[in-house]
Amino acid sequence: MNKIFALAGVVIKELYRRKDFYVLFVLTALLTLGAGTANFFHDDKIIRYVKDICLLLIWVSSIVIAIVTTARQIPAEREARTIFPLLAKPVSRGQVIAGKFLGCWLASGIALVVFYFFFAILNGTREHSWPVGIYLQALWMQWFLLAIVTAMVLLGSIYFAAPSSTNTICFIVVIGLLGLGGHLGKIALQQAPPVQNILMVLYFFIPHLEWYDLRDFVVYDQPMIAWPAIALATLYAAVWTAILLFLAWLGFRRKGLNT
Amino acid sequence: MTTILQTEKLRVEYRSQEVRQGTKIALHGLNLEVRAGEVFGFLGPNGAGKTTTMNVLLGFTQPTSGTASLFGIDVRQPIARQRIGYLPELTYYYKFLTAEEILRFYAKIFGIASGEADKRIAELLKLVELEHAAKRPIKSYSKGMQQRVGLAQALINNPDLLILDEPTSGLDPLGRMKVREIIQRLKNEGKTVFFSSHELGEVETVCDRVGIVHQGELKAVGTVAEISRGHENLEKAFLKIVGFQTTTPL
Repeated sequence: MNKIFALAGVVIKELYRRKDFYVLFVLTALLTLGAGTANFFHDDKIIRYVKDICLLLIWVSSIVIAIVTTARQIPAEREARTIFPLLAKPVSRGQVIAGKFLGCWLASGIALVVFYFFFAILNGTREHSWPVGIYLQALWMQWFLLAIVTAMVLLGSIYFAAPSSTNTICFIVVIGLLGLGGHLGKIALQQAPPVQNILMVLYFFIPHLEWYDLRDFVVYDQPMIAWPAIALATLYAAVWTAILLFLAWLGFRRKGLNT
Repeated sequence: MTTILQTEKLRVEYRSQEVRQGTKIALHGLNLEVRAGEVFGFLGPNGAGKTTTMNVLLGFTQPTSGTASLFGIDVRQPIARQRIGYLPELTYYYKFLTAEEILRFYAKIFGIASGEADKRIAELLKLVELEHAAKRPIKSYSKGMQQRVGLAQALINNPDLLILDEPTSGLDPLGRMKVREIIQRLKNEGKTVFFSSHELGEVETVCDRVGIVHQGELKAVGTVAEISRGHENLEKAFLKIVGFQTTTPL
């Protein structure tokens, strides 16, 4: 386990020493600050709309950080050939995959905590209310969504040598899953067999990232979700993450290292 | 003497990049044995199979058939690499880390306790004369300094077997001398060193035994004196073994 944490530590160090991470971070913070401080005619609808935009920014930025950071990990190790001295140590390829995943997931989690903290402070000072519970649930669910995304990108990076290809494909897949996931079941019910059967199979097969989107609960000040439901969603994310990491390991364990 | 490194009928086939060529055989039933405490020079012309052999020993490449072991453990198991140090030909390290950080990272990978790691890192930085630059990122180092970081990381676990891939390639005379000194020191400490090189003079100086590989097969193995017997020097013997012919006298 120490080896996995050591590998994760290097990923986090690399991230905070890279300037592009700070650019995205500061940009999101500024946009959130700008949007959050605007008080449009004390209109509740507009305030909610602004909150929604702030949360969307946080969503997009955290997904961008997770995808971009993860997509480069294995290809960069191969391209810079740092993988050679690393694998010459008593470390297995499975541990490399686990370490890279943990590093990227923790790094995107750290960014997410800062974003939510920023959002909560802004919102709290304006509305004088601190719905910490729902913020925590939203943060927790989004972090587990990022676990699935990170594992998916890591799997993609084993098969696509260029990080740009992995980035593009993973962005499309994540947006597709978020956009279509919730509607696929309804669309399936409106179709006739065999299209209905195919769509239903697809509905049950794909990871449902849309379940992890609690933005509306935050924007409309809704009560907290029952913790058992959160626990089930966490378990679902853990299972999907494990499956994707296992597939990544299968691809990586016998992969030639020369680029 | 105990065998530290062994390959038996090691065969590695690659799928050729060119469609018509099918598969290419990089190693052709290689049998190699390196004993405890010796400095073994692994020689061969470019493309002979030296790097492939090292890649198999380090677990980078899977053999098509045959076996390879380190300390009697199959090289496919990561634990086989617990007692080895590896120095690649070129410097392949995380450029955003400092020398101290990279050594600490590798110490963690080897499971070295924090206190012991601190002591070992200080010793190694002194050995490779990088104490003054320990807190600078590796990207700011010269090539020679980067190679010295490489040597330090190869020694972080106080290895019983050191695998060096052309360790003096690209180094200035001072750097070469330093590497030779370290190899000699390790030999005196009873460590085993397995290294590939094109520098035959260097091999003559430091090696107990040499193996010459050509076209994926081990063509000759023995002490420098045994290999050179009947020839002017090791270089002449090497050229004869690999079948090099020239029309002009050397």
